[in-house]
Amino acid sequence: MTEMLTGRKERIDRLAGDASVGRSLWSEAFRRMRRSPVAITGAVLVAAFLLLAAFAPLIAPHSATERFPQLLQDLRADHIPGAQPGFPLGSDQLGHDLFSRLLLASQQTLLVAVAATVFGMAVGMLIGGTAGALGGWVDNVLMRLVDVLLSFPSLLLAISIAALFSQGSQWTVIIAVSTVAVPVFARLLRGSMLAQRHSEYVLAARATGVKPAAIVFRHMLPNSLGPVLVQATLTLAISILEAAALSYLGLGDPNPDRAEWGLMLANAQRYFDVSPQLSFYPAIAIIVVALGFTLLGESMREALDPKNRR
Amino acid sequence: MLRFTVRRMLQAIPTLFILSILIFAWLRSLPGGPATALLGDKATPEKIEALNHVMGLDRPLWEQYLGFLGRMATGDFGNSLISADPVLAEIGRCFPATIELSIVALLIAVGAGIPLGYLAARYRGGVLDNLTVGVSLIGVAVPVFFTGLMLKYVFAIQLGWLPPSGRLDPQIDATHITGFAVLDGLLTGEYDAAWDATLHLILPAVALSSIPMAAIVRITRAAVLDVLNEDYVRTANAKGLDARTVRGRHVLRNAMLPVSTTVGLQIGLLLAGAVLTEKVFNWGGIGSLIAQGIERHDYPRLQALILLAALVYVVMNLLVDISYAIIDPRVRVR
Amino acid sequence: MVRSTRTLLRRLAVIGLAGAVAISLAACAESQRGAGGKGGTLVFGAAGAPKNFDPIFNDDGEAFRVARQLYDTLVMYKPGTADLQPGLAEQWSSSGDGKAWTFNLRKGVKFADGTPMNAAAVCFNFDRWFKMKGAAAQSQMIYYGDVFEGFEKNETSGTGDPVYKSCTANNELTAVIQLSKYKGAFPGAFGLTAFSISSPDALKKYDADKLVKSGDSFTYSEYANLHPTGTGAFKLEKYDKALGTVTLVRNDDYWGEKAKLDKLIFKIIPDEAARKDELRAKTIQGYDFPSPTDYNALEKDNFNVLIRPAFNILYLGINEKNVPQLKDIRVRQAIAYGVNRQQLVQTKLPKGAEVATQFMPKTVDGYAEDVQKYDFNPEKAKQLLKDAGAEGISLNFYYPTEVTRPYMPNPQEIATVIKTDLENLGFKINLVAKPFTGGYKDDIQQLGKHDLHLLGWTGDFNDPSNFVGTFFGRAKPEFGFDDNGLFSAMANADSTVDPKEHKAAWQQINRDVMSKYLPAVPVSHSPPGIVVAQNVKGLKPSPLTDERFNTVSVN
Repeated sequence: MTEMLTGRKERIDRLAGDASVGRSLWSEAFRRMRRSPVAITGAVLVAAFLLLAAFAPLIAPHSATERFPQLLQDLRADHIPGAQPGFPLGSDQLGHDLFSRLLLASQQTLLVAVAATVFGMAVGMLIGGTAGALGGWVDNVLMRLVDVLLSFPSLLLAISIAALFSQGSQWTVIIAVSTVAVPVFARLLRGSMLAQRHSEYVLAARATGVKPAAIVFRHMLPNSLGPVLVQATLTLAISILEAAALSYLGLGDPNPDRAEWGLMLANAQRYFDVSPQLSFYPAIAIIVVALGFTLLGESMREALDPKNRR
Repeated sequence: MLRFTVRRMLQAIPTLFILSILIFAWLRSLPGGPATALLGDKATPEKIEALNHVMGLDRPLWEQYLGFLGRMATGDFGNSLISADPVLAEIGRCFPATIELSIVALLIAVGAGIPLGYLAARYRGGVLDNLTVGVSLIGVAVPVFFTGLMLKYVFAIQLGWLPPSGRLDPQIDATHITGFAVLDGLLTGEYDAAWDATLHLILPAVALSSIPMAAIVRITRAAVLDVLNEDYVRTANAKGLDARTVRGRHVLRNAMLPVSTTVGLQIGLLLAGAVLTEKVFNWGGIGSLIAQGIERHDYPRLQALILLAALVYVVMNLLVDISYAIIDPRVRVR
Repeated sequence: MVRSTRTLLRRLAVIGLAGAVAISLAACAESQRGAGGKGGTLVFGAAGAPKNFDPIFNDDGEAFRVARQLYDTLVMYKPGTADLQPGLAEQWSSSGDGKAWTFNLRKGVKFADGTPMNAAAVCFNFDRWFKMKGAAAQSQMIYYGDVFEGFEKNETSGTGDPVYKSCTANNELTAVIQLSKYKGAFPGAFGLTAFSISSPDALKKYDADKLVKSGDSFTYSEYANLHPTGTGAFKLEKYDKALGTVTLVRNDDYWGEKAKLDKLIFKIIPDEAARKDELRAKTIQGYDFPSPTDYNALEKDNFNVLIRPAFNILYLGINEKNVPQLKDIRVRQAIAYGVNRQQLVQTKLPKGAEVATQFMPKTVDGYAEDVQKYDFNPEKAKQLLKDAGAEGISLNFYYPTEVTRPYMPNPQEIATVIKTDLENLGFKINLVAKPFTGGYKDDIQQLGKHDLHLLGWTGDFNDPSNFVGTFFGRAKPEFGFDDNGLFSAMANADSTVDPKEHKAAWQQINRDVMSKYLPAVPVSHSPPGIVVAQNVKGLKPSPLTDERFNTVSVN
């Protein structure tokens, strides 16, 4: 049980200690990543996803909410029209163009993932930074709180938070998913700052009379960028998966007009027999994107790991 | 030591107290309310109001809270709105199902994950290694409910090899002793029930095992690689020890430490994954209780589940603190 | 309504003959199959757990499905229809003013505990309900409160003068029930499953009236949980809560056509997709309310999707309170003209669904053919909006989540479709989704926060008071209008005893509602399905979901 309580903490602490690097090491890490097939695959997938999201409105042949007479005339409760001229993937359950919806959904999915990650990161870094900079009882109280949150399985915590709201929406999903990320970033930043506290340059700066605030902002924070970036990349993947799980449990946004992969997957469940493609496409999209961020994050972690430095 | 323990236990009381206020406030702030959830579609607003009155939900909040606190203190968590069954009995009934599923999932993950990780490390860079690493990475990116849906679709619906959902064929008249369906079948000598329960377990357990499996494979692989590079292994090899002895005595044993830590870590994740897996496979466990409670706004059930989880958490922390105090006497002084 | 005894007897004779033929055929089949006489087991997938087995304290289909196998009512519904047929009473008649109802009971009927079903037992049941003590118990007798309006001593708000006065056992097999007034609900309501007749002995022995508040919920009596004792074709064997199965066994002393099955198991599978999977895996042999999306796939896999006659209505509700323009009937008519209900029914509702022209299905006595109809006509709708000066107004359109009903298989999709249609008329539609029991019913029915909403109703018996009367019979926050002319017309129609005049009065109300008031837009009637495996025979789908499994066989 002790291990269960401390295991996640240790993982975060290791990342915090390992990856806090000076600027000179960045180029080396980057060079290493360029040689790793895992990193390249991840980067390509992520880049493709970002490009897709950026240009989706230009690529998509139709809007996400228009219902087309050609599709509607064949649409029945138990039949969904397949591919036909003008509609490369056919219809969805409401007579929208599935292809356009899939493309446009990349934006909403990205929005949820980025918003959740940014919120989680911002609040987490605020807490972790305060704890790391001030130390003492502030540190004790804040970290106690963070450890409580960390000890819950993250998905279970997200489900509980999402269930607190009487009505699900895009924002309740973002809040639930980002809350789960807060303690991770908090502990990470604090750990990274603690690791630097006794480093030579901090001691040197302090000796030459640099103000504590300046040390924190000019030295400690920039040097913590590595682990935070690694964690943020991984959090993007986790956010997409957690948002999809919340939608599957009926805790997501109930507005059917919004095209978002997790929602599309959840809403397509009823049609699994009739048209499994309605489930497959968004599921594959989620898997590929989550895989991309995971590969990128893991290879970054490896590249920044001092054990691999030569 | 006793004083320390008592002090820590007393410190837990305000935590629980604050928690009880929070839970109460949350449940009372939710729209709908128990009366709406309890009555069916034919209930008019007047009927719901009347029932609210009967339930005392129109009383002052502090009065309701005191009643709530009193019931909690006596262990009365009320009845579920869905099944009209005492919530505690419900939880007690469903808990073995979740534990059974989680244990089997963990066994599958360990049983398959460690050998795979080991082989991947031993034949590093080979086809098996790349395949294992690739699959374990993809495994992280596939939502567990989707894995479950796919397994069910292929093996239960299309191929018809395994039952698609539930824990036991309803036509089998099984006796319950422990609540673990397979174990009960063996204990009572109802082997048909045990066999059927095993068949029902396979798909959900495999789906759920995908969560810890990926982590276990990766950690095993990394740990074995670490150990293979250690000096004592090289020494042993150089000494000309039989390769099998080296692997058995040194490599595996030393690599198992980080692996066992990881396995411990996965238990929490498993419980979370169980919520989703149970929904896919209609597995009557805690996860189903939670999912259904959320869907049907079963407040007494949710309230009991949250409070119990909190209680378990507080007690666990207490035990950890106490065990630290036993190991390290300095802690006691503070 | 006085039933002619002769037609009744003739009908009975036919039924009896048919029954005899059926039994002899069954006997043939049995002898051909050889000795043993095993009727087999049917496992049927249910969507939810029954709250308890005392019908009077229930108001949902999951509890009633089981209760219908365990109990009978005085009058019953002819299989496959909402028409009445003899139940525990072989005949019934009412006095001219509709206030005294005489029931001639069937001879030799026994409860499952062996005690006789007679006039005293019937009166015991009615008196038990009337004299029920305790606010907790009274507040859960939803159907009783609806039909009989009050108790001997009312202990909850929202109850009125009791309609029930007394019940006397004139002799062993004649019970006379006295009412304080006539309602159109009678005699149909005597067949409601909530008014099932229980064994007085068992009710007393197992403390049936004991209903204890427990936290935010209730604990029901030993009778309701463990010992339901009726006259039905099956008896309760056990309720395994760990596995979610309710097991019933054949009642060998059943007064009617004895059950062919040895055992009938209801397996509780809350998830719709899981029910379908289990059917395919043959671990269950049927389930209720298959999603219309699966009809095709199920039939392709050689399952029989039995379609119940539609006895429900889905409507697009309009609340006139918050947006003043909605008080203008032209705006409401524009909404009716502007929603493509034909397309909605075709694309999103099950096979056999129909556009509703009024607030009740065709089979209800009181349906009027010649109501004003609103065929899809967006041009006319736009013109009406222009005339009313209501172009481009914003409306909050509420729809429920976490719920499916036979009349509303997927509210989310239906709402989206209607929203698109309304936006094409220039309305600005703000979709608001609320969990059905977690805010939706409160916001709609108590607080009236919405402008438009989706809701519907499944009928309990064949009378307009059970349809249009429940919607618009009085002022409600749901519709936000107050018109005493309409309310008193409905009250008059309801208390009209003569069947012909009763019907004519309701027909006129339907015409007025559709032309003069239009407080909502009737959308559709959807036939609910029930699906069984090929080897399941003899299940007769009922518009009231009143299926009795005694006629069902598996082979």
